[in-house]
Amino acid sequence: MPVGTSWGRYPPVAAQAVVPLRWRDAQLPTLESYMLAYGNGRSYGDSCTNAGGTLLHTRGLDRFIAFDPSTGVLRCEAGVLFSEIIDLIVPKGWFLPVTPGTKFITVGGAIANDVHGKNHHRAGTFGEYVRRFELLRSDGARIECSPDENAPLFRATVGGLGLTGVITWAEFALQPISNPWMAIENRRFGDLREFLQLSAESERDFAYTVAWVDCAAPATALGRGVFMRANHTPADTCSGPAAPRRRLTMPFTPPLSLINTASLRAFNALYFHRRRPQNEIGHYDSYFYPLDAIGDWNRIYGPRGFLQYQCLVPMADAQNSMAALLDEIRRSGSGSFLAVLKVFGDRRAAGILSFARAGATLALDFPNHGQTTLDLLERLDDVVCAAGGAVYPAKDARLKRARFERYFPNWTAMLPHLDPRFSSGWWRRVMEQ
Amino acid sequence: MRKILIIGATSAIAESTARRFAARGDALFLVARNQVRLQAIADDLKVRGAPRAAIATLDVTDFAAHSAVIEQAERELGGLDVALIAHGTLSDQNECQSSVDTLRREFDINAISTMSLLTELANRFAARKQGTLAVISSVAGDRGRQSNYVYGSAKAAVTAFASGLRQRLAKVNVDVLTIEPGFVDTPMTAAIPDKGALWVQPTRVAAGIVDAIDKRRSVVYLPWFWRYIMFVIRHIPEPIFKKLKL
Repeated sequence: MPVGTSWGRYPPVAAQAVVPLRWRDAQLPTLESYMLAYGNGRSYGDSCTNAGGTLLHTRGLDRFIAFDPSTGVLRCEAGVLFSEIIDLIVPKGWFLPVTPGTKFITVGGAIANDVHGKNHHRAGTFGEYVRRFELLRSDGARIECSPDENAPLFRATVGGLGLTGVITWAEFALQPISNPWMAIENRRFGDLREFLQLSAESERDFAYTVAWVDCAAPATALGRGVFMRANHTPADTCSGPAAPRRRLTMPFTPPLSLINTASLRAFNALYFHRRRPQNEIGHYDSYFYPLDAIGDWNRIYGPRGFLQYQCLVPMADAQNSMAALLDEIRRSGSGSFLAVLKVFGDRRAAGILSFARAGATLALDFPNHGQTTLDLLERLDDVVCAAGGAVYPAKDARLKRARFERYFPNWTAMLPHLDPRFSSGWWRRVMEQ
Repeated sequence: MRKILIIGATSAIAESTARRFAARGDALFLVARNQVRLQAIADDLKVRGAPRAAIATLDVTDFAAHSAVIEQAERELGGLDVALIAHGTLSDQNECQSSVDTLRREFDINAISTMSLLTELANRFAARKQGTLAVISSVAGDRGRQSNYVYGSAKAAVTAFASGLRQRLAKVNVDVLTIEPGFVDTPMTAAIPDKGALWVQPTRVAAGIVDAIDKRRSVVYLPWFWRYIMFVIRHIPEPIFKKLKL
């Protein structure tokens, strides 16, 4: 993808300048327009775009600074990719403390979106492992932030969507592993009640839990899916599958989305009924990053792009709210192959605008069919809002101010920390500026 | 583990090449003007696997300092197996046309300093009868063109110098590699707009450099297709060439 686009390629972005950053000791350029750090463009909506402004491309800040293999503390520049970190640390017996479903994100992006993964119920978000970072502000100030030092700015920057300045480097703690493999258990479930039950009983013994849900299932099978739970394999496991071979790449953008009601129903039914072992050993790469094996997979949705929707509803009424969401999606005939369900843990959020909180989360893609899609997402928002839930800004492309304020009731705590020269398409939209 | 000296180590191609050396466990001595940035690169290379990454600052137009820097590199690493000369500036052709001072400065940086460093290194490597001298020249040196003939003629001098040096040092088992990159997307070329299909990332050039050193090649075009592009450009007859705007 060209620098400056978002992963969902929606909304389309008007012209924006791109300034590459290469040295962490350099000053920011003096600009008339608003600035925004842009890492590897894996945010789905417009939180990584800045129409009419300037993107500070951070991928040139890709140096490691220090790594202590005895403690697992890593310090690196903000443009280093998770994939580059993994290549370095796995052979030394370490793994990322938290990882989302793609390894092609930068450290700066991971902090700015306070990303979560399949181990949220136990480990929380990436921001909880950040020990320190340097924030470069438009006035030239360099501010080191940690949970103890400049703590309010730390909490505004973790999950702060790049609105407080540019992170130049960060230091964070890794988790030890014995080998690159995962012990995985797969369990089919027939409905949401079963999903919640499986989730509750797996939390204690499994570091990672996640479920695939059939979002195209008929009303009688609403909420069916496959629950997948896993742990890193113990030290006495001395063999397992190799890392997946060369990745494929979607070589072009088809003129129309290849995802439609028919292909969706067929795929999902096949996927649900596919025979899969109850227990298996997998390589971490295919376990955590199955979609990374297909380069530029976002092209499958055609030139109009897609909207990803990730929401969360509180546990108290999770079964009913989630059923209402799935029913709306089923009736729309839209949705994606990979709809994901997960129960988050109850932890103190690392950042003011952190998304992850106690509750059940659902994430899926919708091909962009214009107003029809926007109307559907609005109906989903009605359910989420009534339940007292939230929507994930990293994936959002259409939220309005009233809803944003409901989902992030503490958002005004951000105001004193915003850098006056920084902004994003997402921020101007939710602020209705 | 090899012992490798890199001059112009903060350039994007040099840094990318150094990462490949570091991942293989080579010891590195890095030379450039900016100490803070050299240190940032050295720290990175150590994390990536370099058992040593020492630094020294040098302005290559300070000719009197060349010998001392090379000596320092040999002392710190305990000898040298490979030297990569990667420094350079993309001269502003218009400025060079209007100012002889600029022309001479560009030649000092891109040609004379390189030949001076190669001379110092060649004598030391010849005495030990082993090692590789790798120098980044440019496809621009293959034929002078109106758009950048000052930069091009400086690189032509480097290419011819390296060719002669290669012949001389072949007798004492020392390799001389001439690296001719085409269009590479680096900070040096950041001002050039509308980069087309011929442009590549420095990582690709870095992989080609390491491979060419390993295979003891003499001249390498990076990427390979530049050998054929430049073959064609060199063979355009002058009457036609004069009418073109290359």
